[in-house]
Amino acid sequence: MPTYAALIYSPAEAEGMGTPEDWSRVMAEYNAFGEEAGAAGVIVGGEALEDTHTATTVHMDGGKNGTLVTTDGPFAETKEVLGGFYLLKCADLDEAISWAAKIPGAWHGKVEVRPVIDFSQEQ
Amino acid sequence: MTGARPVDGSTQEPLRDLVATIENEGGRVLATLIRLTGDMGMAEDALQDAAMVALEKWPLTGIPANPAAWLTTTARNRALDRLRRERSRTAKETEAMRLLDQGDIEPPDGRDDRLRLIFTSCHPALSPEARVALALRTVAGLTTTEIARAFLVSESTMGQRISRAKKKIATARIPYRIPADHELPDRLPAVLGTLYVVFTTGHHAVDGRLDSRLDLASEAIRLGRLLVELMPDEPEVSGLLALMLATHARRASRLDDLGRPVLLADQDRTRWDRTAIDEAATILDDILRRRRVGPLQIQAAIAVLHGLASSDAETDWKQIVDLYRILESHSPGPVTRINRAVAESKVFGPVHALELMEGFEVPGWHLYWSTRAEFLRQSGATSEAREALVSALGCEMNDSDRSLLQERLAQL
Repeated sequence: MPTYAALIYSPAEAEGMGTPEDWSRVMAEYNAFGEEAGAAGVIVGGEALEDTHTATTVHMDGGKNGTLVTTDGPFAETKEVLGGFYLLKCADLDEAISWAAKIPGAWHGKVEVRPVIDFSQEQ
Repeated sequence: MTGARPVDGSTQEPLRDLVATIENEGGRVLATLIRLTGDMGMAEDALQDAAMVALEKWPLTGIPANPAAWLTTTARNRALDRLRRERSRTAKETEAMRLLDQGDIEPPDGRDDRLRLIFTSCHPALSPEARVALALRTVAGLTTTEIARAFLVSESTMGQRISRAKKKIATARIPYRIPADHELPDRLPAVLGTLYVVFTTGHHAVDGRLDSRLDLASEAIRLGRLLVELMPDEPEVSGLLALMLATHARRASRLDDLGRPVLLADQDRTRWDRTAIDEAATILDDILRRRRVGPLQIQAAIAVLHGLASSDAETDWKQIVDLYRILESHSPGPVTRINRAVAESKVFGPVHALELMEGFEVPGWHLYWSTRAEFLRQSGATSEAREALVSALGCEMNDSDRSLLQERLAQL
């Protein structure tokens, strides 16, 4: 059964905003999703990420032995930022989409669903 | 299988009959093979193998009574033989062997495999361009070259588009199944939308290359018929077929000798295809009785009302106005509003129509300006009409539309 990464993006301007009440309401939504998907045995991993102000982007300029360049901030300054992810074990994309639609990030922002490469299946 | 058509030793069935049979059955066979192998590429290879065998054997044995079943069985056996000979197999191949061994040629749920293929090819996780390309390639059986030509892109671009879509289906595991009834509201629009894009691409002249595209419109109608056969209980599916038939019925009169579009009011109605209009009307009568109205059925009803009218003046504009009002409640937006305004102008006059267009400005769309110009002209505001036509000419459009607008501006 394939595993899908459900990458949760939210609007950048919403980052760090919101009252503690907003925060606890969203957390309650995530807890509800965690319980439902957890009980179904779908979640096989996942983490929430600190906000993009804490991100550092790393690049070896000029190849493997080149110069280390570290940049403050996320890789791409976009209108939507990656806030966390789940790893979901699902039979197919339709099932993965139906679970992704229940992640609160699907209504607070957007969820990108991508299959995880299963190296044990590669020849 | 009994009843193979006997072949007279002296008059063998011509090769083109064999090829035509293979082509006609190809879609159905491919659809089943994809279910049996779980892989589009493998299914295409297997079908090709079976077609080669058929071309060898059928001249001697005659075309079997059920060519699709024959081709499917042959393809399946060939694919299994080939996989068994492999010394090492990828996970995909192992899975294909298991499926081929256990799978039944008859679909387990009794529903046509082509419907599975249609829903997979038109899955909303694929881009709209990819859906169109894939549906034409797999369901309609067109070649990549033919599709590329119809959409005016290079063969390599189209080939890449199709292979990317196939790769996404395989890698992201877009399932090969018919959605359950409760999923249809989410899934059917992508299928109907794909078909309609195929149709309109064939129907609309873009840079004057109409001839090369007419086939796409017929292809879309053929697929529409198939979809109605496969989903007889979905009125919007029948609505789309009726809409395409009623629109296609006007194809002979919609362009003038210079290839420029002719307004509906000015078209030579004796050149309309009565049979197609009648068929659309019959389909509509049947589905409207089910009282599950949707935007495609409404648009079809409008097209049929135009088709049944003997002239622009004889057209039942009141009913068309009502239909546009209902359509707008289903799919609001400037396009619907402007079409509605045209219909309302026939009943309530140009001033009322101009009022209706307020708040629905689309400054980059030449039809917005040219429609406005026509209402202004009718209401006697000639200089404003001229200004609107100048704005229209500032928009992007094809050469034939442009020359038509220039002519109208000169006449003002």
